[in-house]
Amino acid sequence: MKEKTWIDDVDRSLYDFRYGYDDEHYYKVNEGLTPEIVETISREKDDPAWMREFRLKCLDLYYKHRLPNWGPSLDGLNMDNIVTYVRPNSKMTAKWEEVPAEIKETFEKLGIPQAERDSLAGVGAQYDSELVYHNMKAEVAEKGVIYSDLESAMKGEYADMIEEHFMKLLTPYDHKFMALHGAVWSGGSFVYVPKGVKVEIPLQSYFRLNAPGAGQFEHTLIIVDEGADLHFIEGCSAPKYNIANLHAGAVELFVAKNARLRYSTIENWSKNMYNLNSKRALVEEGGRMEFVSGSFGSHVSYLYPMTILKGDRSSLEYTGITFAGEGQNLDTGMKVVHIGRDTKSIVSSKGISKSGGTSTFRSSVEIRNTAKNAKSTVDCASLMLDDISRSDTIPVMDVRTQDADVGHEAKIGRISDDSIFYLMSRGMSEEEARAMIVSGFADNVSKELPLEYAIEMNNLIRLEMVGSIG
Amino acid sequence: MSEEILKIENLSVRVGETEILHGIDLSIRKGETHVIMGPNGAGKSTLGNTLMGHPKYEVTGGHVTFKGENLLDMDVCDRAKAGLFLSFQTPIEVPGISLSNFIRNSMDVKTGEKMRLLPFRRQLMEKMDILDMDVSYAERDLNVGFSGGEKKKAEILQMLMLNPDLAILDETDSGLDIDAVRTVSRGVHTFHESGEGAMIIITHSTKILESLQVDYTHVLVDGRIVETGGRELVDEINEHGFEKYLK
Repeated sequence: MKEKTWIDDVDRSLYDFRYGYDDEHYYKVNEGLTPEIVETISREKDDPAWMREFRLKCLDLYYKHRLPNWGPSLDGLNMDNIVTYVRPNSKMTAKWEEVPAEIKETFEKLGIPQAERDSLAGVGAQYDSELVYHNMKAEVAEKGVIYSDLESAMKGEYADMIEEHFMKLLTPYDHKFMALHGAVWSGGSFVYVPKGVKVEIPLQSYFRLNAPGAGQFEHTLIIVDEGADLHFIEGCSAPKYNIANLHAGAVELFVAKNARLRYSTIENWSKNMYNLNSKRALVEEGGRMEFVSGSFGSHVSYLYPMTILKGDRSSLEYTGITFAGEGQNLDTGMKVVHIGRDTKSIVSSKGISKSGGTSTFRSSVEIRNTAKNAKSTVDCASLMLDDISRSDTIPVMDVRTQDADVGHEAKIGRISDDSIFYLMSRGMSEEEARAMIVSGFADNVSKELPLEYAIEMNNLIRLEMVGSIG
Repeated sequence: MSEEILKIENLSVRVGETEILHGIDLSIRKGETHVIMGPNGAGKSTLGNTLMGHPKYEVTGGHVTFKGENLLDMDVCDRAKAGLFLSFQTPIEVPGISLSNFIRNSMDVKTGEKMRLLPFRRQLMEKMDILDMDVSYAERDLNVGFSGGEKKKAEILQMLMLNPDLAILDETDSGLDIDAVRTVSRGVHTFHESGEGAMIIITHSTKILESLQVDYTHVLVDGRIVETGGRELVDEINEHGFEKYLK
């Protein structure tokens, strides 16, 4: 077999196009973080009084928190250089035709309006700090489902509900980047699914960060009421710039009694991104939370969706995959807290690393003394594609009951020469063989994704695996 | 006399520091069935793997021509596309890829065009039926959790679907019970009857050969072909073993 090399920085033209970013068409605040900047954002957004105070309190906490000292380096991230608020000069619209041409073209290239027509109940599209488009199918709206940008929801009929839930699950006390988020958050979605309503097809938000050196701090708040059912999809991408970008969004999920929420993410930020996103779900009696998570992009990620199984018989299923290539240090994982009786969590994660990338999976399973008869299974598999890449699994368990049934399994592997030879003997090139093995490894995750996302994920794997031959 | 498709001249091969094959000569024409027999460790599998191009086997001398081309210069995948097939002694498990998708993908890369799903399914079901394979295997992950017999059947299934010009069967019958050998042998027979594909059958038993027409039998001992004959040589070895070739 001939030795082959492939170009590590793959063709990302699908995501890398950037329409002439120029200051003229955008409003943005100065770089860095000061009380004045936070006040400016608050004024621009016409915040209610409580929100303005909350932002300033968060900024205060931001100064007090320390940077995490246990994960990938954040040295390349200098908050003095980050622009925390960039608004395209357009109003949010529910009519696709009214979205400015260049933004529309960007999303069309990413397949967003097509997907909406084909298979989604509603779509929100955020460009830099603000939503530019939000729309939901009439039949879904008729059932009383609310899907809107958070800012206008905060001033409308659901103002009290939002004030009651906003940053109560993820708080500015949690860590530095949640405090930052609280101070400068902008954009994101509010979803409310009323009692007993089952939304048959998914809602989707797509986040695009286009401005160089900017931060995106969208806030997603989803409340699925008793017996209701929702699948929410989040997609993220950005073109590559030479300066660091920051994503510190927050996702708060409330799953009421006997409700079900599935939250799927395919994240493909560019490789200059610091992705410090936080997600947390609170699940009541008999409720079910499902996370499906694919992390492919960003330079550094800290991403650990947390689920609190508060109610009896509530459950979590987490399925995740992380693919770390050259220059990427992706630290992902999940955390689950069992509080109710007969609670159950099933976690399955896959990590792939190549060309010197590092992929780390941290799992934390906490079983409180109230969680009688809790069950938890954590299964992690990693695949390293060469000798210079790294893959780690860091499990933590804290069990405070006698009768918990807790399992953890971790496997680390490489692609053997024999496997490559076998596939090549059936006509596949070496790259195709590797891509096939990696796709197969990721198969249980792609099965959990909606079809078009499964295809996108397989394309991403192919992009990463099949480069030109040197 | 029909056209020669494989010509091996004075082929020597080593693995690591050890030379395993010392100057093999072999000529195969279209549609011929050659049996290679020999005791364990004689170099039978080395020959099969070398022809297919496993990177572990280093050719130290000689030439191999396949359909007029220099086989040893070709990448493994190009050998497959040219019409060479190896049925593995230990097929590899590939999680997440179904047997059916794998075969369809292999056929597509070989022909360079996408085969339509329905004709593919029909053909696949027909061949699985010959091999007594339950249809559920088509959607199972390639070789994952297959019994030894099912793995070998899956190899023969691939051979039947890919329809190579030359198939090398490396110990396809080893470790199988009598029923599985009979089924696999039926698949091999079908391949032989249905076209002009030639075969090299590497074996150290003879059960798989019972219903097959054998054109040549070669005895491989210590990396050399020590005797070549016809079908009768199979029967002779069956009766007396390799005793007389061993020093």
